Amino acid sequence: MSRTRVSLVFITFITLLLISLVLSLGMGAVAIPPAQVLAVLFHHTDPSLSGATVAIVWDLRLARTLLALVIGAGLAASGSAYQAIFRNPLADPYIIGASGGAALGATLAIILNINAVMPAAFAGALLAVAIVYLIAQAGGQVSAFNLVLAGAALSTLLSAAVSLLMFLGDRDLHEMFAWLLGGLSGRSWPQMDITAPLVILGIALLWGMSRPLDALTFGEETAQSLGLNLFWARTLLVTAATLTTAAAVASAGIIGFVGLLAPHIARHLVGGAHARQTPMSALVGGLLLVLADDLARTMMAPLELPVGVLTALLGAPFFLWLLKRGEPWPR
Amino acid sequence: MATISTETLTLAYNGHDVLREVDLRARQGEILALVGPNGVGKTTLLRALARQMRPRHGAVMVDGQDAWQLSVREAARQVGLVPQQADGDWPLSVEEVVALGRMAHRGWFLPLSRQDKHVIRKTLSQTELYDLRNRPVTTLSGGERQRMLIARALVQEPRILLLDEPTANLDLRYQGMVLTLVQKLTHEQLLSVIMSIHDLNLAALYADRMMLLAEGRILAEGSVDEVLTEGNLLQAYGVPVVVARHPVYNVPLVAPALPVVEKERQE
Repeated sequence: MSRTRVSLVFITFITLLLISLVLSLGMGAVAIPPAQVLAVLFHHTDPSLSGATVAIVWDLRLARTLLALVIGAGLAASGSAYQAIFRNPLADPYIIGASGGAALGATLAIILNINAVMPAAFAGALLAVAIVYLIAQAGGQVSAFNLVLAGAALSTLLSAAVSLLMFLGDRDLHEMFAWLLGGLSGRSWPQMDITAPLVILGIALLWGMSRPLDALTFGEETAQSLGLNLFWARTLLVTAATLTTAAAVASAGIIGFVGLLAPHIARHLVGGAHARQTPMSALVGGLLLVLADDLARTMMAPLELPVGVLTALLGAPFFLWLLKRGEPWPR
Repeated sequence: MATISTETLTLAYNGHDVLREVDLRARQGEILALVGPNGVGKTTLLRALARQMRPRHGAVMVDGQDAWQLSVREAARQVGLVPQQADGDWPLSVEEVVALGRMAHRGWFLPLSRQDKHVIRKTLSQTELYDLRNRPVTTLSGGERQRMLIARALVQEPRILLLDEPTANLDLRYQGMVLTLVQKLTHEQLLSVIMSIHDLNLAALYADRMMLLAEGRILAEGSVDEVLTEGNLLQAYGVPVVVARHPVYNVPLVAPALPVVEKERQE
């Protein structure tokens, strides 16, 4: 993989992302042309712009679009890390139960009216990942299928628990259900302010640990013979990936398959070295979710689809295809 | 003296002893070949030497110090391992894989130094991989892949090198190529090498010393001539063999003497 090609791919995707951000800010009930979006973004004190346009872009759309970007990037970066940690091309925050655990934690906090949604989501996600890992590891190596089966079973259990909580809690069922399906509807700066710093921290940590991630793709014994302390590497990596996932889920509910799709695309584009793969996954994931959210908002306007439904429609067939293609990593 | 040795090492799987009271010592600049029937514990012994399993009794010593007292990184700077199993299909380039060996020196975060890059480049040349350095590992042949795994271990700059069946799944040409490389490196860099190997004739050609494992213990140990005798091999493998001499290198040449149906001669 030549340096020039890698740089070109990165520049292309950053450009695509910027364009999609501007287009996305112009989309909605009131269409705003791209030129005007740019004017609002860079000269919002310009008196020739109408106050309504400025308000729509800054107060209504910008936070949501940025949130889509941040959440997509976070899910993709953590999916990329989970794939290396579990040595499993099918791993994704949703598949391995991290998202489900975060959702259960967050739901509990919301229903019990505890003002700690984020820590609860993080604790739930960490617990779910630990359980799935222990079950899948029974009998030595973590096999791809064991991991998927354990993740699926646990996810079912977790979502049943969430449904039960919603049923028992006296919250508006429809609203909670929409949250669970994964959506950005009505999300704005308060969610952005909590989620963005955590996701950025998580991605930075994962990026910093590119070398351990690369080593882990060879399996634990080889990684150890290369001088990697497995206990610390696994602990820190799982914590960082799970923190990122929990931060995303706490704001937008369960959005599946972005974390599966994006790393595969990234690996195809820039190779598997995590120093490049992690940022590329984040870029692709961010772009995917911004585009998916545009679709979710406009496809059946004025009705908004939960974006998680769209990513599942897009991602699940891909997952099945990967499964059918067989295990690229033997054992 | 950079050596690895064991003292009354007993290794067990699920409570069953696999190997008992093994005393072994690698010497600098020498290849010690571990031979013996399938399932006798050659890989188990290598895993114990590489600190991948804890001994039930006894100890693994690196330079006279208990290997388990070393940190993971210290151990990786002393002992390099060339594992047997084919590594995964992760799309890294040859150079990226080999560079991972520097983690033992550089840790998790620090970027590679000029010195690291020098070692990597030198090793790639030594193992004749320099021209392949940008190739994805997924496109390598068996022999190229084995050379890459050796290069990755060498980049750790270990003084002890462990190889698990380095010629498994290689054809005649690559077997010779890989073992010649190991031999050259052993002598040039004064490495202490221990390798498990199935093929007795290849072992006879390349090993300086040999250890024959059978029935959970060391059956014979010493020079190639001392170990590869008809009596030892009959006892270890349970089949009769004939030991002749290699026509070119004058080392033992082992051929099975199993009962075979005489083939029809073509007149």
